[in-house]
Amino acid sequence: MTAAVETAQTTTIDGDRVSLLRVLGPAHVWALGVGIVLVGEFTGWNFSADKGGALAALIVCWIVGLLYTSVAMIDSEVTSTVAAAGGQYAQAKHIVGPLMAFNVALFLVFAYTMLEVSDAILLGDTIVAKAGVEGLTHNSFIAATIVVLAWLNYRGVLMTLNVNFVITAIAYVSIVILFFSVSPWTQGAVLKLNELVTPGNALPYGWIGVIAAFQFGIWYYLGIEGTTQAAEEVRSPARSLPYGTMAGMITLLIAAAMTWYVCASLMPWEYLGITYYPLWDAGKLTGSPLLENLLFIATLLAALASANGCINDAARAWFSLGRDRYLPSWFSAVHPKYRTPYRSILFLLPIALAFAFIADLNQAITFSILSGVLQYTFMSINIMMFRKKWPLGTIRRGYTHPFHPLPAIVLFCLCMVTFFAIFLGFGSQLIAMTVFYFLISLWFHFYRYKFVRRGDQFSMPWPKPQGY
Amino acid sequence: MARYTPPEQSKAGQVFDIAVVVVAIFVALWLPLKLGLAGAAKSIDPLDAKTWDALGQNATMASIWEKLGYTPETAHDIIQNRFHYVIDWPTLIIMAIVLIAYFVFLFRASDKEYREVINEKFDDK
Repeated sequence: MTAAVETAQTTTIDGDRVSLLRVLGPAHVWALGVGIVLVGEFTGWNFSADKGGALAALIVCWIVGLLYTSVAMIDSEVTSTVAAAGGQYAQAKHIVGPLMAFNVALFLVFAYTMLEVSDAILLGDTIVAKAGVEGLTHNSFIAATIVVLAWLNYRGVLMTLNVNFVITAIAYVSIVILFFSVSPWTQGAVLKLNELVTPGNALPYGWIGVIAAFQFGIWYYLGIEGTTQAAEEVRSPARSLPYGTMAGMITLLIAAAMTWYVCASLMPWEYLGITYYPLWDAGKLTGSPLLENLLFIATLLAALASANGCINDAARAWFSLGRDRYLPSWFSAVHPKYRTPYRSILFLLPIALAFAFIADLNQAITFSILSGVLQYTFMSINIMMFRKKWPLGTIRRGYTHPFHPLPAIVLFCLCMVTFFAIFLGFGSQLIAMTVFYFLISLWFHFYRYKFVRRGDQFSMPWPKPQGY
Repeated sequence: MARYTPPEQSKAGQVFDIAVVVVAIFVALWLPLKLGLAGAAKSIDPLDAKTWDALGQNATMASIWEKLGYTPETAHDIIQNRFHYVIDWPTLIIMAIVLIAYFVFLFRASDKEYREVINEKFDDK
């Protein structure tokens, strides 16, 4: 493994050139990735049981795990080489071109902002359900969550991710405690998998239900690729990014398997498919007040950690768009004291608030998944172009992923399956979102691009790409 | 190749562009909600006999539903609310065309822009 190329781009504030701070290590990268994603175990993944049954949820857990392992491998190679804020955005800018970069940044902003919205709705609904007070609504909890976390992000990335590390670890440990508390090695005492998942109901829609379940299977892991957003703020991208990302994937695969096993063994698939709090419900169904309260608190912490990481990532993608003048450069300001992209954080705040009040949970999740899958489709093509334009040995890579092009092909095929899965039940939403990206791309290509400095878009010290 | 100098954008222009992006975001996300295009395409298959047996729930399942606070009557709309996976070929074809057209435009237009970037970047050296 060779040293990664590190870029430290700066922004001028009142005559002083300031940049994002390089203060993060592998634990922060893990906390950012797993922190964003872990909420998927506490809500969202279970909607795949609604679309295909309990067994379909398990099948997609592993197959989509393969998709994300490909994502993590590809991402680790490209981002440890293109170490700049914006993650996949910076990759697209150097490998495919400005319009693709603009779209990728929008995928990131939409995926993370809608994930943040989902987290805030989950947190509000969980508190309201626990309180059981008639007339109490989730609105004030949603608003408080989004505003307080935006303030935390405004104040500094190190504190933000230190908080994420602690709350993510607590939420993760709660899943492990639940798993071992229900005697997973025996059936019949607490867990009743054989009686709840039977040959008659394991796949209620047949194999088409398994394909349909891919849509929410994505939610087991959506956001792990967010580790790359910290590329410009980690001390050693070559070490921290692959290590933190792959450790995050292993952590999540274990958590996803434990979550499915416990939940599918404690509740009928019809209920599992519609509940907003599968792990909290699992805690309740064990009959242990301690586990019930632990899982209640862990659900809140997982939602907080995820929303926190999403604000961090969405703001950095938006900041990068401003810095390259893809959007007005006003967004590229770095706070002179806290060294954070504070204007981007503040700009996205009301957008998140607005959608938290008008969308419901599974709609917000679907918006997020759609943008995520568009992004993964890009990534599978991007790595092929990266290897073609700069074959191994022509530039210094922080990490080289094995088995190329197999992960890229697997990723592309699974993305196609997931598009079809979204079509099964949410097709109109997919078409509406794609039309939006199409129209905003026309706006960028034929109008906004004139404000972009051409040569400045390529900031890596690499040779000319092959074929150009 | 002559270095491209982009025009300076006025503050009013920047505000206008921000407004365009904000409106586009809200239209893209809010319009499907408003038009009822968002959300799952599910419908309830009603049953006359609302018993755990008729709902396909065995004794273990029924006991869990009851533990969760449900009766066969209140659980009916949850259990019988199903997806009906019928492939609507015209919609599927439209979706495929929109997606393919989008990605083709994206890569072709990006490549055109990328060549300008590369030409300017490497002709400077």
